[in-house]
Formats: sequence, structure tokens, C-alpha cells
Amino acid sequence: MHEMSLCEGMRSVIEDQARQHNVARITRVRVEIGRFAGVETKALHFAFDVVMRGSVAEGAELVTLELPGRALCYDCMTEVEIDARLDPCPLCGGGKLMPQGGDDMRIKDLEVA
Amino acid sequence: MCTVCGCADGETKVDGHNHNHGHNHNHDQNHGHSHTHGHSHDHHHHDHHHYGHGPAGTEVPGMSQERLIEIETDILSKNDRYAQANRAVLAQAGVLALNLVSSPGSGKTTLLCKTIEMLGNQPLAVIEGDQQTQNDADRIRATGARAVQVNTGKGCHLDGHMVGHAMEHLNLATGSILFIENVGNLVCPAAFDLGEDAKVAILSVTEGEDKPLKYPDMFTAARLAILNKIDLAPHCDVDLDLYESNLRRVNPGIEILRVSARTGEGMADWLAWLTTHLAAKSNLQSAQ
Repeated sequence: MHEMSLCEGMRSVIEDQARQHNVARITRVRVEIGRFAGVETKALHFAFDVVMRGSVAEGAELVTLELPGRALCYDCMTEVEIDARLDPCPLCGGGKLMPQGGDDMRIKDLEVA
Repeated sequence: MCTVCGCADGETKVDGHNHNHGHNHNHDQNHGHSHTHGHSHDHHHHDHHHYGHGPAGTEVPGMSQERLIEIETDILSKNDRYAQANRAVLAQAGVLALNLVSSPGSGKTTLLCKTIEMLGNQPLAVIEGDQQTQNDADRIRATGARAVQVNTGKGCHLDGHMVGHAMEHLNLATGSILFIENVGNLVCPAAFDLGEDAKVAILSVTEGEDKPLKYPDMFTAARLAILNKIDLAPHCDVDLDLYESNLRRVNPGIEILRVSARTGEGMADWLAWLTTHLAAKSNLQSAQ
């Protein structure tokens, strides 16, 4: 997806937080990424290292936590958990599923040195 | 350079020229930031913004003590704040804003030119997003409509901040329609809210029926899909019903219109869609 832009968004959130909490160095960043967020974890790690250079989070470890994908099946009108975006409904086999969340991209917490 | 938004004076381009606008930034805790531009050009019909900057660099002196800061903040929260600010401005003026998204070459600009022509006296404005060139804004201006070109430089999508700046140059009239033609890209623009009322995805019949399955996020985020260039359908063995069922597979609630901007087929339905949604927006505005 746009992992570089995401990391720039992360950098700006991290810098705001660092300023607010008056901290000089972040050692670990934990992010929650939804199954349907379209984020490539490897690319995110690569971009993270590049984008954080020169910031309070330079050299910090990036930990990604995956959140499950949920969708509403328009055939049986039940909210179900699915692994892949185009999977059929595990209950009725229907093919019309509307994602309900699972596209989250959230910074959970920061570990400060 | 602004240390909060990273918006760099030297890299912003208006009408293809570097312009050093005397920024007065006002950084508040709870909203992004507000800009006051002191630049003196007023050629609104040739507005052109250029982006391509990286993040801002800041050093924060302070204590060092091992601990955890729980923040639970969306990565795109900054963009979302800009988008909300845009949305508030648009709501106050009763402006219907549409974010037009598609792959390159789907016929967005041609559709837009035709739409502008058919809308006649309806007040409207266009924000054109491309990595480079002012070609699209020039095409829109040729119809007599007001347009601002935003060049994203290396960026693959428009964001809320760029659109907010572009809106400042448009003096949007009450009850007008703002068309935001995003960078031709079916991936990244899906995630960036611009403050629009709806995303309208345009796909042309030559792209392949499985396009919605290949790029589901964009079609899930869109309220309306316009299946464009249907005049070409007989020449390229395309199954229009399959396009529609694939669109509904990734977004069961999506509305679909079959259109040919070239022949005008289906354009009346698209114009009716615009009129209905504009009326709904004005009703909301007058209710406030």
C-alpha cells in the first residue's frame, strides 16, 4: 500500500507525543494493523527505519500486532470473522460481505528509554 | 519549514513557480494547525500547488526514564483532522464534495469536462490532483470552470492538508459542487479522507471485470461506481453484468451507473445523482 506515507503519519504522531510527554527517545513502537488494512508488514518495517531517521524514534523497534478481519454477510445478515478479503461467508457460503472494521491502523503504545 | 506539518515553503509550487508564502502558523493542541498565507499572487484561475516534501525533523530535549506511553492513536489521525476541518467548511457552505478515484486512464477528466458542460449554470469548482503537469486543470479551465491543480510530487494520493490549501484558492460559492479528481491510483487514495461527502470510483470497460476484486479497498470505500466508456463494450468482449456483480461482491451497498462520457449515454442518470445529493446537502445546511 502506501507504507511510506503511513510511516510519515506515524512519525508525526510520535513526535507530537514525545513533545507532550517530554521524552527524548522512543525505543519501541507497537502498532495494530487490521487484516484488511492493506498494509504490507515487511514494507512497513523497511519504511519505518527510513522515515524515523533523525527523529526521536530513530532505531526504534517496530512491533506489528494483527487484528482480525470482520465483515457483515449480506446474505445471512450475520457479522462473521474472515481471513481474506474475498473469502465467502463461513456460515452460509454467501459472497457479498461488507467489511466491518479490520482496516484499522493504530499506534497502540510507545516504549520510552 | 513548519515543524508540525512539515509543509515546506521552498517546495510548494503555485502555477509551476516556487513561491515563498509567508506562513503564519498557529499550532493548537486539538486541531491540526491553521495557516495564514501572505503571498501576493491572486491569479485564481492558474492556481497550482506542488507537494513532495518529507516529514519534519524535530529534536525534543527531555528526560529519559523507561516507561510506556499508551496512545491508541490512528496513524492517519492527522490527516483525519484536516479532513474534518475541510468537511466543516464544506457543510457550512452547503457544498457537495466528491472525491473521484480511479486508475489512470479511466476517463475521469473527460467525464468531468462533459459533466461540467451539461451542468450549465450550476456553480462548481475542481481540484485536480496529479504527480506532475497542469494538463488536467488546463482541460477543466477550457470549459470555463474554476480549477486548482495540485501536484503531489512523489506522493501517490491527495491528502486532507493539500485539499484544504486548494480550497482556500477557490472561494466556493454556497450550493456549489466541488469535484476533487484524485491521483490516478486504486490503492492509496482509499485510505485518505479529504472531507468529501462520497468517493466516486470510475472504471472503464477496458480494464477487466475483475478489477474490483483486485483492488477491493477502493471499491469498498466508494458510494458510487461509474462504469465508463460503455460505448466500447461491444468491441472488447466485456461482460458488464460481471463488472456489476464483482463490484457488489466487494461492496454490497454500492450504487452503479453505466455511462459513456463520449456518446452521452447514461449521463442523465449521473446528473440526476448529482442533483439529488446536492439537494440533500443544501437541506442539511439550511437545517443547521
